[in-house]
Amino acid sequence: MQHTAVTLIELGAVFFGLGVLGRLAWRIGMSPIPLYLLGGLAFGQGGLIPLGGIQPFTEIASEIGVVLLLLLLGLEYSAGELVTGLRRSWMAGLVDVVLNASPGAAVALLLGWGPIGAIALAGVTYISSSGIVAKVLGDLGRLGNRETPVVLSILVFEDLAMAIYLPILTALLAGVGFVGGLGAVGVSVLVITLVLLLALRYGRYVSALVDSPDPEVFLLRLLGAALLVAGLASQLQVSAAVGAFLLGIAISGSTAANATRTLAPLRDLFAAVFFVVFGLNTDPSEIPPVLPFALLLALLTTITKLATGWFAASSQGIRRMGRARAGAALVARGEFSIVIAGLAVGSGAVSGELAALSTTYVLLMAILGPVAARVVEPAAQWLVTLRPAAKR
Amino acid sequence: MDVTVTPLPGLGTQQEFTTDSGRRIGVITYRDGRMELIVSDSRDPDKICAATDLTGEETSTLANLLGAPQLVRQLSEQQREVTGVTTWQLPLPPGSPFDGRTLGETEMRTRTSVSIVAVIRDGSVLPSPRPDFVFAAGDLVVVVGTAEGLRAAGEIMENG
Repeated sequence: MQHTAVTLIELGAVFFGLGVLGRLAWRIGMSPIPLYLLGGLAFGQGGLIPLGGIQPFTEIASEIGVVLLLLLLGLEYSAGELVTGLRRSWMAGLVDVVLNASPGAAVALLLGWGPIGAIALAGVTYISSSGIVAKVLGDLGRLGNRETPVVLSILVFEDLAMAIYLPILTALLAGVGFVGGLGAVGVSVLVITLVLLLALRYGRYVSALVDSPDPEVFLLRLLGAALLVAGLASQLQVSAAVGAFLLGIAISGSTAANATRTLAPLRDLFAAVFFVVFGLNTDPSEIPPVLPFALLLALLTTITKLATGWFAASSQGIRRMGRARAGAALVARGEFSIVIAGLAVGSGAVSGELAALSTTYVLLMAILGPVAARVVEPAAQWLVTLRPAAKR
Repeated sequence: MDVTVTPLPGLGTQQEFTTDSGRRIGVITYRDGRMELIVSDSRDPDKICAATDLTGEETSTLANLLGAPQLVRQLSEQQREVTGVTTWQLPLPPGSPFDGRTLGETEMRTRTSVSIVAVIRDGSVLPSPRPDFVFAAGDLVVVVGTAEGLRAAGEIMENG
């Protein structure tokens, strides 16, 4: 067969398969991310049927997927919301960092992956999936609950933390050493502050730059700007993803709303490719040895997220049931854990096992998160009714 | 009334107040303009027990339904100086003899010296109805008059 024909057939089969999987996932009330990862695992190295011809496309498509994931994340927030969110939640945000990053770091050190591996895995276990959390809160009709603003502001804090963390990680992975790392931190903090200030003051000019009433022109300008900024940021070692995130923040108002609507389907497409590629590049035979550690991490970080939510909600005067709901809502990990693992493994500076462990961990947490959010109330009620019975 | 405004980062804004009975009632306004009415659970005030999306038209209908007593209160306020005159809102129950008949046919002014100043129907206020206005079951009829006249008017709306 012709080369192009094979590529098209393979690509078509992959997209169609993902479509079926995605539909199936939302049907049974879970996130499609674990299914995409499994799909990738099945067709990658050592999988069922290796796919050959689509590599050039999927490689760049998965890069674009990460850029779009972060761009749309940035579009979701206005600079004002980020600032107020930060002011409201910094205490809970710090508790979140300490409790949820340390299990990842500890396990990485235990496995002998060194300090860089520890920082990478710390990021993987730290960051909740804002995509899954928002979807689950909406599905369960909890958006009006009193603990929901608490949960959302923790997500905002995490996303901002990502903007600082990713450039640091990128710099460390590139092997720039301690001083260079500090330099990267300085540059990224400076850039983020600058962008926030610019967005607060002159966000409308950035919006005007990409805005157009014509959908085609709008899409081209938006995508063009995103890729340009991402590319430049990556050249400056600030990480392409963060560049896109900051551009998203700078675009505001109705332009942001239109941009989200225009780009959401594209993001879903390219992000799906990103997850598949991550699965493709992970060797399934590496999973069994890391499985116990993935299970341990899943258990530990479920408890630590529950504790984070409990702490954050109780400081806002929310009752016990609401505190439990807040904790359970935060359990899901997903897209950004894989983004971090992808960066780390792609650089070659950490052990390939990190990919296997991260995949397994995200597989567990992306399924466990929505389930935890759903069962937390019945489970808590059961505990409450159990207690007086135990006294008797 | 204390209305609490809470930003929901990435989603929109929530505005709510707490009733005397301790329940939160509020509205979430999403970025895209969608509105949602929320009511909190009576046992767990942190939790929402009912939430429903409202279109623009539905929102204004609900506002009018809740605003009807407000209208009556406003009218009463205006007539406070006129001693002996009050404002009531009388429901036109299903099965009323005036369901489907005109305002003129009630001969309300002649029989009770009460004035019909407005009719609230399907959530909208129809001010100063004319004698050829046709009543329908479910209308709320806003009337002004003496206490005695109003009682008589209520009787007429129900039994003719």
